[in-house]
Amino acid sequence: MDLANFDHHTPIPGTTLFDGEQAMKGYALNKMCYSFNGAAAREEYLADPEAYFDKFSLNEGQKTACRNKNVLEMIAQGGNIYYLAKFAGIYKLSVQDVGAQQTGMTTEEFKEKLLRAGD
Amino acid sequence: MAKIIGGLTTSHIPAVGNAIANELFEEPYWKPFFDGYPPIREWLDKHKPDIAINIYNDHGLGFFLDKMPTFAIGAAHEYIGEDEGWGIPALGAFPGDPKLSWHIIEGMVADEFDITSCQELAVDHGFTVPMQLFWPGAPNNKDLPRTVPISANTVQHPIPTLNRALNFGKSLRKAILSYPEDVKVVILGTGGMSHQLDGARAGFINKEFDQMCMEKIVTDPEALTKISRRELVEKAGAQGTEFLMWMMMRGALGDNVKALHTNYHIPISNTGAGTMMLECTD
Repeated sequence: MDLANFDHHTPIPGTTLFDGEQAMKGYALNKMCYSFNGAAAREEYLADPEAYFDKFSLNEGQKTACRNKNVLEMIAQGGNIYYLAKFAGIYKLSVQDVGAQQTGMTTEEFKEKLLRAGD
Repeated sequence: MAKIIGGLTTSHIPAVGNAIANELFEEPYWKPFFDGYPPIREWLDKHKPDIAINIYNDHGLGFFLDKMPTFAIGAAHEYIGEDEGWGIPALGAFPGDPKLSWHIIEGMVADEFDITSCQELAVDHGFTVPMQLFWPGAPNNKDLPRTVPISANTVQHPIPTLNRALNFGKSLRKAILSYPEDVKVVILGTGGMSHQLDGARAGFINKEFDQMCMEKIVTDPEALTKISRRELVEKAGAQGTEFLMWMMMRGALGDNVKALHTNYHIPISNTGAGTMMLECTD
């Protein structure tokens, strides 16, 4: 393979490929979200989110995205959806809620869109 | 000698774990999905495999971005389904077969596949949901086979190519077939099919592409190796890259297989859900 022809950075609309660049950018944010696998960490976060952001050294952009619970902003800050799902889980948001938020729909509209994909 | 009797594919969506916990099998939303499994359970009941090689992708439980193995193989006495953070019930321990694991690792590294070996590995829904679907009540099912989990990276690009995934399976097959014990082995390829959870394209599902993949995986898996990783993301969605697990499974089955059963249903959660039972005929 010709290494000059790596094509995985070619843009795909509405899609952020989580590559090395994103992984470096979002490391602190994703590490915080990874910690939410543990129940004690989830409780510690909910007791004082701001202190928890600082514990993982989130930058201001990442903190703002988390405060806003805005998934597109979190992705722009280097968040990876598999780790962000654990953040969403703390707030009992399903992947349909998360999809709806990112596409500007209600959750019901988003579910309807998924059903239509089967037609 | 060890024998590979066939391969099973299934999506491994977390919502399925909750649906199983809540016994929603007959609900209109879930029935078309769950109805895809009884024929596979009958086949398993007839053949009673000793070993299930469970090829899945970890989603941020067993591995983090600090160290991200491209291909990891479990070499533990047991694997625990742990808390993933968003409410799917944590399951108990699934028995492993470390002797076979090390045989596979030795064989594949000798074959120049560089493997990360794992003496401890927490397994997530990618591993546990398929086990529950194929062996109801798992890990508490008397016929539950011993397992060897194999996880490929689809969290962080660069991910493996489809060609590498198929060749991984071929190397895995050689390693298994050289195992001296008389064990019957079934290969699980889990994940997919098309779905995208993140970004403005969230909710993307591609029925036509999924159905093409389900056809070619039986008759001409080599043709699927022509799909670039970018094209896979574009056609299957950002998380549809889990189809790599199906390619790894298929490579382990040998040249000729017969599809005994297939099921495809949209949507389960955000995903096109595909289930297949492939029997080895070589």
